[in-house]
Amino acid sequence: MSTATEFQAKTRTGRIADFVDQRVGGSTMVKEFGRKIFPDHWSFMFGEVALYTFVILLISGTFLTFFFDPSMAETHYAGSYNPLRGVEMSVAYASSLDISFDVRGGLFMRQVHHWSALLFVASVSVHMLRVFFTGAFRKPRELNWVVGGVLLILSLAAGFTGYSLPDDLLSGNGLRIIDGVVKALPLVGTYISAFLFGGEFPGTAIIGRLYMLHIMLVPALILLMVAMHLFMVVVHKHTQYPGPGRTEDNVVGFPVGPVYAAKAGGFFFIVFGVVALISGFFTINPIWNYGPYDPSPVSAGTQPDWYIGWVDGALRLMPGMLGNFSFEWIIPFPWGANTLVLNVLLPALVPAIVLLGLMFAWPWIERWVTRDDREHHILDRPRNAPFRTAVGVAGVVFYSVMWAAASSDLVATHFLVSLNDVTYWLRALFFLGPVIGFIVTRRICLALQRKDRDIVLHGREAGIIEMSPEGGFSERHEPLDEYKRYRLVAFDSPDVVPAQPDAVGHISRAEKRRGALSRLFFEDRVAPVTPEELAEAHAHHGHAAVEGGEKAQIGH
Amino acid sequence: MRDNMGDHSHGGPNDTGTVAKAGPGPLDTFQDPGLPPHRKRLADTDPRAEKRAERQVAWLFVISIIGTLSFFIAYFVIGRTDSISALRTQNMLLGLGTAFAMLGIGVGIVHWAKTLMPDHEVSESRHEIRTEADRQDAAKIIGDVIEETGIKRRPLIRNTIIGAIALAPIPAIFMFRDLDRTGATAGQIVDRLRYTMWDKGVKLVRDPSGTPIKASDVQIGSTFHVIPEGLSETEHPLNEKAKAVVLLMRLDPGKMNISPGREDWHYNGIVAYSKICTHVGCPVALYEQQTHHLLCPCHQSTFDLTQECKVIFGPAGHALPQLPITVDSEGFLVAQSDFTEPVGPSYWERG
Repeated sequence: MSTATEFQAKTRTGRIADFVDQRVGGSTMVKEFGRKIFPDHWSFMFGEVALYTFVILLISGTFLTFFFDPSMAETHYAGSYNPLRGVEMSVAYASSLDISFDVRGGLFMRQVHHWSALLFVASVSVHMLRVFFTGAFRKPRELNWVVGGVLLILSLAAGFTGYSLPDDLLSGNGLRIIDGVVKALPLVGTYISAFLFGGEFPGTAIIGRLYMLHIMLVPALILLMVAMHLFMVVVHKHTQYPGPGRTEDNVVGFPVGPVYAAKAGGFFFIVFGVVALISGFFTINPIWNYGPYDPSPVSAGTQPDWYIGWVDGALRLMPGMLGNFSFEWIIPFPWGANTLVLNVLLPALVPAIVLLGLMFAWPWIERWVTRDDREHHILDRPRNAPFRTAVGVAGVVFYSVMWAAASSDLVATHFLVSLNDVTYWLRALFFLGPVIGFIVTRRICLALQRKDRDIVLHGREAGIIEMSPEGGFSERHEPLDEYKRYRLVAFDSPDVVPAQPDAVGHISRAEKRRGALSRLFFEDRVAPVTPEELAEAHAHHGHAAVEGGEKAQIGH
Repeated sequence: MRDNMGDHSHGGPNDTGTVAKAGPGPLDTFQDPGLPPHRKRLADTDPRAEKRAERQVAWLFVISIIGTLSFFIAYFVIGRTDSISALRTQNMLLGLGTAFAMLGIGVGIVHWAKTLMPDHEVSESRHEIRTEADRQDAAKIIGDVIEETGIKRRPLIRNTIIGAIALAPIPAIFMFRDLDRTGATAGQIVDRLRYTMWDKGVKLVRDPSGTPIKASDVQIGSTFHVIPEGLSETEHPLNEKAKAVVLLMRLDPGKMNISPGREDWHYNGIVAYSKICTHVGCPVALYEQQTHHLLCPCHQSTFDLTQECKVIFGPAGHALPQLPITVDSEGFLVAQSDFTEPVGPSYWERG
């Protein structure tokens, strides 16, 4: 590869850059990514918040590992927090106290770590909701949706393993609940509990084991998943919201260099700044108030970190006994009786399986019902996919009812109502809430779609009241400019696809089911305004004609 | 993807120019009008606004520098402290310093990007993720590779390698057997859940002081948190305590509904029940004197003391186990035996 005109860098920096470039091919990467286009929208920031809080977690977590000792050996506290001096406790708890009181900035780092963990799970969750409600999971991004779901589960795992490490009273009771749930597993529960805790609860092994999971295995898996997630974002290129100039074949936005890189890079510092502000002013997890773990005491009104709340709430909602019937079902086998602990198994597993199962399967469910194999790079406005949006809200309501149930005792004490009544209401909402959420959301979406049609056909309300020569009052409507109009009319409104016969003319049962689901999904659909309808509306200048056209289109 | 990367230069601040206006598409939909015309910002047209934005960005970076410096003030001036209020102040100032240091940089860069860097949107084409030509090439390569291994023609090799690979990881599963560090056999792992430290004649003592309890000390309405005597001398006090903690209360014997066989488990209305919730194992810590209800603060299982701690509300599936007690010759409360059923959450082998 020797040519006469070989490139010679002139500056020192240039020579270093050239050295690296010749060895790793940096020019190709710069060409590839230097001006890559990323669409811009505020709702795309949730994923960024997730990534940045994870980076903050790595930074603050690494700092904490230098001081934390995950041993459950007994020690007598001799640090500078007076109320606990001389108290017998585990080394893990003592070193957590030392981080809080005897390492300068240690308390701050603990708070940064805990707050960013809460924010991390929150931003992953909200990011997934954004992706769901805008239909960003559709082809070709189904697998990235699955990776995102795995990341959500891993973020819960990271949170829970970390929460337990200080070995304080609160987290110890959390571990005991986990032990109770594990023991309820049929056949294997007792053994898994023994393996997890290295013997009987609490033992002396669990903190060290959780520590390994928390600082190595789980973060490594998260990093791997994040790498896959971002790789696929590059392969697919980012989705974009519908609007003038945006098509399925292009991506409109800002180039990485300089605008997007500056905004995204700057945003990291903003996230860090906000976390630092919160950590400076708001105490989180004051372990020194709880004391060391002891199996006997517990304080009233205890709650897990927010992201575990929905499982804890489900545990609370499940009745253990109905009259004299116990959900602890004792099965008489020839070799003796065994117990199926349904009052723990059902709430601990069923809601999670339903929610996570639907979440992972949804891209395929929707693909099957719509028989839609096209790629989608233009996002749906949530109102333009009423069925999906309604399903999403039903899921959110389902989750929220369980989440609220994790605070049932605090709701009762704060609002001076009966704890039992709160539980009964939440039990009812557990079943009714998602149904109500579904129906209401679907109607709202359809109404918003009709409003969009109305705005396109009649124009925007100008806020100017005009009086006709006859004395009648009316509001002036101003026509939309073509850019705004395009945003309201350029969307896909999938139609019902009835059950289709196969090659030999037979309609299978699965296909019939699909046809029925398709009707359920789309029978109420609102179609976008067509140019003819607009022309007709303009020609008639009156409401009657518009309504007529609307009826014909909305139909069914 | 790559060959398209040069397409950004068409757009000027006045005309993005990069979006091909859609040709005549299907006529029943609206035509894409293309990107809206670019609107200039104040800083694009007014040099004074541009200068002002530049100064604002620089000030934000200066604020960041001040923030970093104030971090050091909090760190060194307050220094190591034993005082909780000083620690609180230090934590607040460290937070403020870091927040200003970070927000100064972040807001500064974003402000810079929004006011001074080009703000016209540009467009880039998407490309097929997989082209048909690539698929055919790849399929041919994979076909050739498989052909060259000959695995299809040699079922003996195929079957033995599948068998070997399926078996090889199984030892890794068995390696985890000794995660239980007690060396217990499978039977012992199950069995030990049935037994606690309580035994005939073991004194009921106060938690945590360890002082024994005279029957005459226990008044109606009072509650004692109880552990077995000698708990702290055991090898694993926390493990023993996690099973053996007991709540001691006194009831009017007339209010108690006693089932056959338990008539002598109480002493003059003094009853002892396991404190470990039968739901998932939290301590049942709340006793309502008036209603004689025990409430678990974790998941609100409620047990009725007058009905031998039967579940009357919440997720628990069976009553709290009762510890049979009596008094010894000196009048101290002692256990008659261990619990007659396993304490704590239910499990498969409980029966």
